[in-house]
Amino acid sequence: MVLLQIHEPGETPLPHAREHSLAVGIDLGTTNSVVAICRGGKAEVIRDEDGQAMVPSVVAYAADGSAVVGGLARQLLAMRPDSVISSIKRLMGRGATEIKGLAGTLPYDVDVGDGEGMVRILVAGKRLTPVEISAEILKALRARAEESLDAEVTRAVVTVPAYFDDAARGATKDAARLAGLEVLRLVNEPTAAALAYGLDKDAEGLYAVYDLGGGTFDISLLKMEKGVFQVLATGGDAALGGDDFDHALAEHFLAERAKAEGIRSPTSGEAKRILMIARAAKEDLSATEAGEWALDLGGKETIHRLTREDFEDLIRSAVKRTITLTRDVLEDAEVKPADVKGVVLVGGSTRVPLVRRMVAELFGRPALADIDPDEVVAVGAALQAAALTEGSDTLLLDVAPLSLGIETMGGLVEKIIPRNTAVPVAKAQEFTTYQDGQTAMAIHVVQGEREMVDQCRSLARFVLKGIPPMTAGAARIRVTFAVDADGLLTVSASEATTGIEQTIEVKPSYGLTEDEMAKMLEDSMIHAKDDMQARLLAESRVEAGRAAHAVSAALVVDGDLLAAGERATVEDALARVNAALAGVDRDVIDAAAEDLEKATRSFAEKRMDRGIRAALRGVAVEKLESRTKGGA
Amino acid sequence: MSVLKQKPIAIPGTSAEELAPKAASCWSCGGPVGVDALFCATCDAVQPPGTRDHFARLGLDPTFDIDVKTLEKKYFDLQRKLHPDRFATKTPRERAISQQQATSLNDAYETLADPLRRAAYIAHLKGIDVLNEGCNQIADPVVLMEAMELREAVADAKSVAQVDMIAGNAQADIDVCIKELSAAFAKNDMDEASRLTTRFKYLRKLIEEARQKKARLKAGT
Repeated sequence: MVLLQIHEPGETPLPHAREHSLAVGIDLGTTNSVVAICRGGKAEVIRDEDGQAMVPSVVAYAADGSAVVGGLARQLLAMRPDSVISSIKRLMGRGATEIKGLAGTLPYDVDVGDGEGMVRILVAGKRLTPVEISAEILKALRARAEESLDAEVTRAVVTVPAYFDDAARGATKDAARLAGLEVLRLVNEPTAAALAYGLDKDAEGLYAVYDLGGGTFDISLLKMEKGVFQVLATGGDAALGGDDFDHALAEHFLAERAKAEGIRSPTSGEAKRILMIARAAKEDLSATEAGEWALDLGGKETIHRLTREDFEDLIRSAVKRTITLTRDVLEDAEVKPADVKGVVLVGGSTRVPLVRRMVAELFGRPALADIDPDEVVAVGAALQAAALTEGSDTLLLDVAPLSLGIETMGGLVEKIIPRNTAVPVAKAQEFTTYQDGQTAMAIHVVQGEREMVDQCRSLARFVLKGIPPMTAGAARIRVTFAVDADGLLTVSASEATTGIEQTIEVKPSYGLTEDEMAKMLEDSMIHAKDDMQARLLAESRVEAGRAAHAVSAALVVDGDLLAAGERATVEDALARVNAALAGVDRDVIDAAAEDLEKATRSFAEKRMDRGIRAALRGVAVEKLESRTKGGA
Repeated sequence: MSVLKQKPIAIPGTSAEELAPKAASCWSCGGPVGVDALFCATCDAVQPPGTRDHFARLGLDPTFDIDVKTLEKKYFDLQRKLHPDRFATKTPRERAISQQQATSLNDAYETLADPLRRAAYIAHLKGIDVLNEGCNQIADPVVLMEAMELREAVADAKSVAQVDMIAGNAQADIDVCIKELSAAFAKNDMDEASRLTTRFKYLRKLIEEARQKKARLKAGT
């Protein structure tokens, strides 16, 4: 048995638990999703038997509640529109009130309820959240990976648009949990693409990643060098993508048709069919110069002719907006387009020739697309999954995409963390009471760049209670915002004169509550209970493993401090932890770890005493040296 | 750490205060660990970031004239060891400590990488707070006058070219300002350094205002 493992500081040893399970990379897209795996330093996307890597992000629900995901579901879109959902990513983290404005334009029925909390989708007689629907897509990807790799897959790096706000990130993480996947890290899509690209092409210098997907646009500027991927600035629009091109074409078809047939709003099923035809037209016109499409609704067929030029006129304003956002990001980072060494294209919508032309015009050079723009994000995610579980020399340094702030008097926003700040980050701000004897304070957290609260995204509201009654302005309330490496926010508040503290995990106003999440986990087809047990066991193992390692190391260095009898007690406790670790009983592991802690208390004290004496000698020596130097 | 505070041991030529922060106990193995140590020398466990100043954290001399390449290299090297990505499979405690470490490193790097924030930070270390929160007062009448005139010029500008010219001049002034700051800090002339930092701050604000004005002008046409 190995009693002692020696690692260089900072080196990540393999985890004790779950070595058997694999970690994958998942690009959860608006239109299509891709799963990839990295083994032996090589990342590859996982394909079906037809060689297809892309899984359409479409979910069809059967009458019995079971779900079908992918190509088959997409085929059902036109036939059974009431039970099929597409582009659900657009609703991730969105609130019911926000969706109200969109009602009617969405290709499915939403239940906005009383406007509170998360939106529900009415499909196949059920009321489902976007989180549950996304979880179906993730489950399908997980199943595909497990089947192809013939191994259990329980951990993943999942990508999100860089411009996703806190609520959408939280919702994505919840969806993964519901699909039985532990999220090792949420990685921004352009950053994942840069990782795949940089490692593959050995790129160095300033690079821009232009990522135009089905429903989101991201632009990131990165500095790449020797394994470091440092995001300097990021920007985008979480509701701008190839779907907008489809809508522009569909509206054009409908307008033409209205001239011939009179105006009639299409049913939800017809809307889906029109969009499918529009999508086909977009793809055709990206490859050919002109074409003709037939629209057959209610038994009446209309024929529509379009050239690529017509198509480009229809989508020009949307593409222009991406160029404006790109310019903004360059200005933010104080970088000129000519300083950028290369532009990497990501996302299926970058296949549209007008997009390529306008990007090339801006940067004065053709963009790079030599890694399949549909697969590069998943490949990057898989590389990161391997780096996180197996250790790596590469380093991803990302930024917060949107400013975080709180509401102050008059509905103004006080920014606490400005956008493009490197994450993880923690910033504190002090506030005070404005009334004598005030004992509570409402805190409203918002995300966005505008100055007025109502123009920003409301993330959460909470009340800091228990402030001791003092005269107005006497209390000192320190509010700390911390954003972790996943881009998720935690807010804590404390009152400085009394030390009263509150930590609030920001569950976004539009997120799921813990209770809702627990209920969903229970209801989900995966064995939530087993999954939970496995997770707790893994946690206990990692913790007990750490404790055993620490004591083993201490014995090697300071073992001579113990009398033979004492040493035997410690070694015995250590052996029991190691024995427990070989088993699968969490209670036994926890108990053994606790006993080890007790058995080593006096050992730790002795070691500290020795340490103090050594430190004193060390200080004395240093002092002597500095004096000698000073005197010379 | 508490052990040391309770039992100060006096030896000739040193005071307990000087010695106290020299050793702490490792949260993982319980043994002694250097206060500035990133990892426990005995059990390798990552240690909390402590309260070092930004220069010390990145292993740099506390001077205004830092070499940006060196700063970057030190920052990357430390993040390679301490970033939460290195602790994804470790215990929650280690993950939390690594996040604290990475947060402190980001704070140090972002403060020192920017000459304006670096200047204000050095002044702060010397007990002068130049950029107080929400404080837009400019004490120096010459600097104040210049600031007001230029802000008016931006507000009144009728064309993008005009705004570009003002912003370009401001950028050139910033470059001069940085050279002067370097000289002021070298002479330890803190009055001059504070004045220059204030000027730097408003020049940068002016450039930001010019940017917004430009966006408005472009949107208007």
